[in-house]
Amino acid sequence: MAVLVVAAHDNASVKESTAKVVAAAQKIGGEIDVLVAGEGASGAAAAAGKIAGVRKVLLAESGPLAKQLAEAMEALIVPLAANYDAILFAADTTGKNVAPRIAAKLDVAQVTSMIEVLGPKTFVRPIYAGNALTTVESSDPKIVATVQPTAFKAAGEGGSAAVENISADAGALKAQFVKEEIAKSDRPELAGAKRVVSGGRAMGSAEEFQKVIEPLADKLGAAVGASRAAVDAGYAPNDYQVGQTGKVVAPELYIAIGISGAIQHLAGMKDSKVIVAINKDEEAPIFQVADYGLVGDYKTLVPELMAELEKAGV
Amino acid sequence: MKVLVPVKRVLDYNLKVKVKGDQSGVDLSNLKMSMNPFCEIAVEEAVRLKEKGVVTEIVAVSIGPEQAQETIRTALAMGADRGILVKVDGDVEPLAVAKILTGIVKAESPQLVLLGKQAIDDDSNQTGQMLAALLGWPQGTFAFKLELGADKAIVTREVDGGLQTVDLQLPAIVTTDLRLNEPRYASLPNIMKAKKKPIDVKAASDFGVDTTPRLKVLKVTEPPKRQGGVKLKTVAELVDKLKNEAGVL
Repeated sequence: MAVLVVAAHDNASVKESTAKVVAAAQKIGGEIDVLVAGEGASGAAAAAGKIAGVRKVLLAESGPLAKQLAEAMEALIVPLAANYDAILFAADTTGKNVAPRIAAKLDVAQVTSMIEVLGPKTFVRPIYAGNALTTVESSDPKIVATVQPTAFKAAGEGGSAAVENISADAGALKAQFVKEEIAKSDRPELAGAKRVVSGGRAMGSAEEFQKVIEPLADKLGAAVGASRAAVDAGYAPNDYQVGQTGKVVAPELYIAIGISGAIQHLAGMKDSKVIVAINKDEEAPIFQVADYGLVGDYKTLVPELMAELEKAGV
Repeated sequence: MKVLVPVKRVLDYNLKVKVKGDQSGVDLSNLKMSMNPFCEIAVEEAVRLKEKGVVTEIVAVSIGPEQAQETIRTALAMGADRGILVKVDGDVEPLAVAKILTGIVKAESPQLVLLGKQAIDDDSNQTGQMLAALLGWPQGTFAFKLELGADKAIVTREVDGGLQTVDLQLPAIVTTDLRLNEPRYASLPNIMKAKKKPIDVKAASDFGVDTTPRLKVLKVTEPPKRQGGVKLKTVAELVDKLKNEAGVL
């Protein structure tokens, strides 16, 4: 039995989600190899080798792999599949883009966003925006799955797996990378942040969102999130979206400001350790999941919170 | 240019989900079913491309029970030209859907297949990518913006941290994300007109596809409930609790 974990990385280093997917792989059982597909990615490969429990790291480098285009990833991974019983990806936008392509080529069903491993072929995953959990058992000879990283505790460090270079010639591709606009930010990445401050539709405008949410986030060293309603209204960019159709987060502290708590939003944050809700509607569903609630106008409460945090030496 | 738009019939977006007492699934009996919201965005995008004169024909496909015909009618009322219903009862996994769609693509030869990125019932987010793999076509998933040329599609995608633009050789697969457009409501005259548009009815066996699920559902349960906490009176109290009770500051 062997499991291939396809690393989430930025060429320089691996993301924390990779160690979490390795943890899921350990529960499936067997030897674990990590594939780093990128360009100039020896840094990421070295980092992957340090994850505890990894047998070896496969490093494949080429231009199209720099951005992990699905077509290039398919050409790389499908031939490797013969050596593995399971192939796992993080359930981020790259994993979601690539995994089904691999599954279809191997003629197996794919398991999306698993949150628990009950056996080598039995998994739990959320459906209906997390309003129900389904336990499924695969009858396919191989498992191809994406793993919800927040549901697993990262595998530790201390590994010393060797890095093996493998060929990455994908041939002619029908897709080409053109450009990328990635928001540059000193804030932590939303998906893995320890603290998250999120704003909702109550902000009323993009200016207000920036004025209220961002300073509080910066004060706390937190990532910024938003409800789907705030994204739909154009107050916040889509990659801030927390929820079923956006990112699933599970920080130590989640502060929801002016968010009513639609089911689809709750699905994305209800596993946070501590949830704080600030909302002027005391009937808002967000209070049913919040550990601490403040009923009132965020316009007065958020500045007060900033001041109190200052006093508390935060 | 011909565009194929697969649409799925799902539990209406606004309804509360109830898990069945026997843990066999989610209770859908007598509940309103609608078109999956991401599929609506796909139909809307196809209709806009037709209004711009880039697309000449829109074929809406649904794979599901007899009633999925209503979902096709919704697409027709929004502006699709004709429909194909592939009748299958029971759950059909994305891989089987992608195989059936492969058969339809071979028969219809569209230059573009536009799909929703995921259905809000099983939240799989697989069908478009699987179809692309089976056809050997390039894919632009989670589209924020779509520009069509004569032989290529330029797709700007929602990715973690921002946007990524890819250039795809046609024919290609594009899956829609939230911000691509805002779907229209069908007007009454268009709903009436849609009743006259043709819908072909087929079976999965017409495409030689076995729809037996590969993933056996052992049980469906409610997620653990999170206990609500306390409402506090003051901000000072909140900071104190966060610091001294929860220990997260």
